[in-house]
Amino acid sequence: MAYRKNNTKKIIPMKGKLIVVEGIDGSGKSTQLRLLEKWLISRNIPVFFTEWNSSETVRQITKKGKKSGRLTPITFSLLHATDFADRYERNILPLLHAGYIVLADRYVYTAYARDIVRGCNTDWVKKIYEFAMKPEIVFYFKVPIDVAVDRILSGRPRLKYYEAGMDLNLSNDPYESYRIFQSRIIDQYESLSLTENFTVVDGTMEIEESQKLLRSIVMKLLPQSITQNIRRPRRVEYQINKIT
Amino acid sequence: MNIRSIKSLNGKKTRKGLSYGHAIPYLENVEIKGRFIVIEGPDASGRSTQIELLSSKLEADGHAVLNAGLRRSELIGQGILDAKRNFVLGRRTISLFYAADFADQLENKIIPGLRSGYIVLSDRYIYTLMAREAVRGISSSWSHNLYSFALRPDIVFYLDVDPNELVHRVFKKNSYLDYYESGTDLRLSDNMLESFIMYQKLLRKQFKRMQRRYNIISIDGNRSIIEINQDLQKRIDDYLTNLQNH
Repeated sequence: MAYRKNNTKKIIPMKGKLIVVEGIDGSGKSTQLRLLEKWLISRNIPVFFTEWNSSETVRQITKKGKKSGRLTPITFSLLHATDFADRYERNILPLLHAGYIVLADRYVYTAYARDIVRGCNTDWVKKIYEFAMKPEIVFYFKVPIDVAVDRILSGRPRLKYYEAGMDLNLSNDPYESYRIFQSRIIDQYESLSLTENFTVVDGTMEIEESQKLLRSIVMKLLPQSITQNIRRPRRVEYQINKIT
Repeated sequence: MNIRSIKSLNGKKTRKGLSYGHAIPYLENVEIKGRFIVIEGPDASGRSTQIELLSSKLEADGHAVLNAGLRRSELIGQGILDAKRNFVLGRRTISLFYAADFADQLENKIIPGLRSGYIVLSDRYIYTLMAREAVRGISSSWSHNLYSFALRPDIVFYLDVDPNELVHRVFKKNSYLDYYESGTDLRLSDNMLESFIMYQKLLRKQFKRMQRRYNIISIDGNRSIIEINQDLQKRIDDYLTNLQNH
């Protein structure tokens, strides 16, 4: 049947760019990505922000499963893959085709790290996410475990069951479990960092300083048609300043 | 044989149920006592009727029987139906949704049943899911990997019904053609009947393709309910007696 090939093999040019941040909770990645978003919006650049585990259709089910403690490493992994696929098929991919800068707070690497820590086979997980395109850049926010854990635990004392990795039976104490779980995630990130070509960002830097660095890197990645748009308002500002 | 006996427990042998691949260690070797039989086949091929008949006979023979099937998990079951009804999900998303649902069934129903020594009769299994995906342009190597955590059944039957015959059974059962069972989302034809037949032919082709790899026994499903039942029952009985003699 001819329809099959026609449907899937059509190549649509990818005009947008995919920018990803990764890192454990408390590494500062979300703050940085939100600032990046504000910056791009202020420059009138079409931008789309997408978060891990946020598809409306799937989230209800994941929530229910988490609440009941029914999830196993396999269902946990597959539900997160479903969530990702939904955002990928309906938002990320079409928006990239349409020329958007897509900012992803966590991407497939989060799944790799968490699923592998939960005992899933690396090849199995990677193959599942094979359909996802490689990002233009992945910023990995590297931060010592103590710094990240302090940031999280000082502000949000009640940890959720799966968030603390309690399903892994690492410790009966949620805080201790959380700490061990996160340090294992860091180990995964460290090894992914090499194979997946992460751009490592020091997560202990001042917020403004990191942001400056991120913007300078992202600036270079933007398509020329867009960077011209960025410069134009600046020149206008400059002229106005001169006149007044 | 994909299952070997390891020790005797409570009169029933505990065996190792093996998964197809290496997705996760705890599913690669599962301690089980029961037997696992799968009936595959298109909608209206008579699967549920056959499962009912087989269950009664097996129970009459003194076996504990558990029925399982796709799209029945407490975790997601309804979610898939809702999402499909609203036409919101993409193909990859639906595949993964089904896989999650299947995994929940496998881990919370099928495996516990097999552990306690039931004969588990499953109304469809991963093969239907893989066939649907293949027809929708998802690479079979991706699907095979996805479902590699699945437990290998002892026997898999495929009720093979000629799509032209199948269509009459569907009309007899429902008086209309189901949107998804007709593959309407594939836009094969504007004519629903033609679409149904084309879609069922494509699925059938996928089953033929998987037959050897997954050891699927094709059963002529064009015959009457009784004839099919006798055929299935005989094969299952032979299998079970064969086990006792070993």
